[in-house]
Amino acid sequence: MAYRHVVGPRSWAFADLATLMAKATPPRSGDRLAGIAAESAEENWAARWCLAEVPLKEILARPLIPYESDDVTRLILDTHDQGAFAEIGHLTVGDFREVLLTASPEILARIAPAVTPEIAAAVSKIMRNQDLILVARKCRVVTRFRNTIGLPGTLAVRLQPNHPTDDPAGITAAILDGLSYGCGDAVIGINPASDSVQALGDLLKLLDELIQRHAIPTQGCVLTHVTTTLEAMERGLPVDLVFQSIAGTEAANAGFGVTLPLLKEAHAAMLALKRGSLGDNGMYFETGQGSCLSADAHHGIDQQTLEARAYAVARPFRPLLVNTVVGFIGPEYLYDGKEIIRAGLEDHFCGKLMGVPLGVDVCYTNHAEADQDDMDTLLTLLGAAGCTYVMGVPGADDVMLNYQSTSFHDQLYLREVLGLKRAPEFEAWLEAIGLTDGQGALLAGAPNRLLADASGIAA
Amino acid sequence: MSDQREIWARLAGLTPARIGLGRAGSGQTTRSVLRFGLAHAQARDAVHAPLDARALGAGIEALGLATLAVASQAGDRAAYLRRPDLGRRLVPDDRDRLAAAAEGSCDLALVVADGLSARAVHENAVPVLDAFLPHAARAGWRLAPVVVATQARVALGDAAGEALRARAVAVLIGERPGLSSPDSLGIYLTLDPRPGRTDAERNCISNVRAAGLTPDKAAFKLAWLLGQALSRGLTGVRLKDESDRALEAKSAAPQLRADGSSPPPRAGSEA
Repeated sequence: MAYRHVVGPRSWAFADLATLMAKATPPRSGDRLAGIAAESAEENWAARWCLAEVPLKEILARPLIPYESDDVTRLILDTHDQGAFAEIGHLTVGDFREVLLTASPEILARIAPAVTPEIAAAVSKIMRNQDLILVARKCRVVTRFRNTIGLPGTLAVRLQPNHPTDDPAGITAAILDGLSYGCGDAVIGINPASDSVQALGDLLKLLDELIQRHAIPTQGCVLTHVTTTLEAMERGLPVDLVFQSIAGTEAANAGFGVTLPLLKEAHAAMLALKRGSLGDNGMYFETGQGSCLSADAHHGIDQQTLEARAYAVARPFRPLLVNTVVGFIGPEYLYDGKEIIRAGLEDHFCGKLMGVPLGVDVCYTNHAEADQDDMDTLLTLLGAAGCTYVMGVPGADDVMLNYQSTSFHDQLYLREVLGLKRAPEFEAWLEAIGLTDGQGALLAGAPNRLLADASGIAA
Repeated sequence: MSDQREIWARLAGLTPARIGLGRAGSGQTTRSVLRFGLAHAQARDAVHAPLDARALGAGIEALGLATLAVASQAGDRAAYLRRPDLGRRLVPDDRDRLAAAAEGSCDLALVVADGLSARAVHENAVPVLDAFLPHAARAGWRLAPVVVATQARVALGDAAGEALRARAVAVLIGERPGLSSPDSLGIYLTLDPRPGRTDAERNCISNVRAAGLTPDKAAFKLAWLLGQALSRGLTGVRLKDESDRALEAKSAAPQLRADGSSPPPRAGSEA
């Protein structure tokens, strides 16, 4: 069925829902690359008018990728909460936006299982940045492994101590630096340069020993392919969080070498280890707009909608952490600072609306038209939006993955400006070892107990 | 306090990461901010520097290898950055030239491509090939002429390898320049190359550069992976890099820590 909208003398037609959603998406280079973007500013806004009038029921009834041909579509529809949907099913996309602006946190939590990724993406397309911030701020998603992530008024940080050759001393040095700035409550997560199980084992043991030695209420992760992590678990290595990059279509996930049954197997293996002391949210997923198109697996659907579908892949596994790596993929998908900022806010909003603990890797590459000022802007907006966590990378420069993210200092800035706290268990630990005061502020010139064992590695 | 400063200085010597920067309240020091800004400016400039294909070809030929120069369908840097699909496709004439140059089948096609850092290729491609040739000779692998590709992405190797009738293709390509590493080369190995191969079907050796994984070690890894790929008939996520063990068994040196292969592909992290 075609969708139509009349603007003065001109009647705009959109062949189907996928076309309408693509044309209604705020402009970005990836949709242009796919050849599905609106061809004029007026067509873009005519599509948004048209999309605002589509009933949510209709979005549910018209899967963008057929049920028979995609297991992500099957997952979305098979796990859809019909009871919760009764509360919103009668609304149009436009009405839904207004309901969201006025809804309480309790209502948002209740309807989360009724929100499909297509519904979340559709409403986001007619929301301004301030709407995305306001609604996301009211969505609370709390998860636990060895601490409590996502409480109102908190922001967690993944400490990302990557090293170009996985050197244990270099990685330890970066971890000690990050902890000294109060980073690491979300996870201490290493992207290894190597994918050998042997190297992985060394890093897992390094993290486990460090966390135990200092009794840090946090979890470790080595971000390698899920099949490698499964092998590590079989060998009895200390795996806390199980990581995997995921995307919004079956074919794109195949491009990452993963299937839903494989994720289920890894989830079960993680649960069996019972390494979480406060909870069993032990999965960690990364996503990013453009990954489906990059894998030639986008089905003619816009990249923002596909990104929301990745959150539907994550949702049943009750992950501790999910983050979009928003500016990592490059300028062919998000061209400049404006597009990266918009995408970061959309991804965070869609994830939270669906009940997923969304963090954002606020980042860019050297071939994109963006710089630190753009990252400051997005970071500040995400802080206002109640973002679950951001990255803490030494000096914002990841020397292994070759991109720029947010620094240990950046989270200090955000905490000072917005009054955001860390995960409470981690905050208490920092105070107990004398690094912070009762308000969570770093104590200048305090003796740093973490350095007690630094002499060994620095020798 | 001065003790702590001393410790941080020593720790900072253990990693190229920007640690021990100190702070001004919640912010970075003026010196850190300016250093970062200058490095970003240099990396931005590196992205746009062109490949000197002629000098590169001469360097490769000096190793006794024939070369073939090809281009992708991305006509210039601006098109390359916005249209990765064009960077993965050979100009049709160049495809035909490669097919004509193929003399029967071969074991490996080597493709040297500019990717996002011509500087990485200028500095590291010839040393890697030089170190790889003895491994190839020992194994008796038949090599196709080396392809030098401009405005090229990793997947261009699939079309080149297919045209050259190679059992496997190894693409040596400039990785996206990092702030601290504008000179990093990546090597992507794909068995049975043909257009449509996915990233999960490749093995990657990354961060090849003097200050990272040295060309010698990268060549060893490539030879190890290729040997496994040809004998077991697979590349990609099911082929795990266990070359560290082979390297340790081979050399008496204790604990050679030089891993540099296959960073977990983050979403679309292709060069």
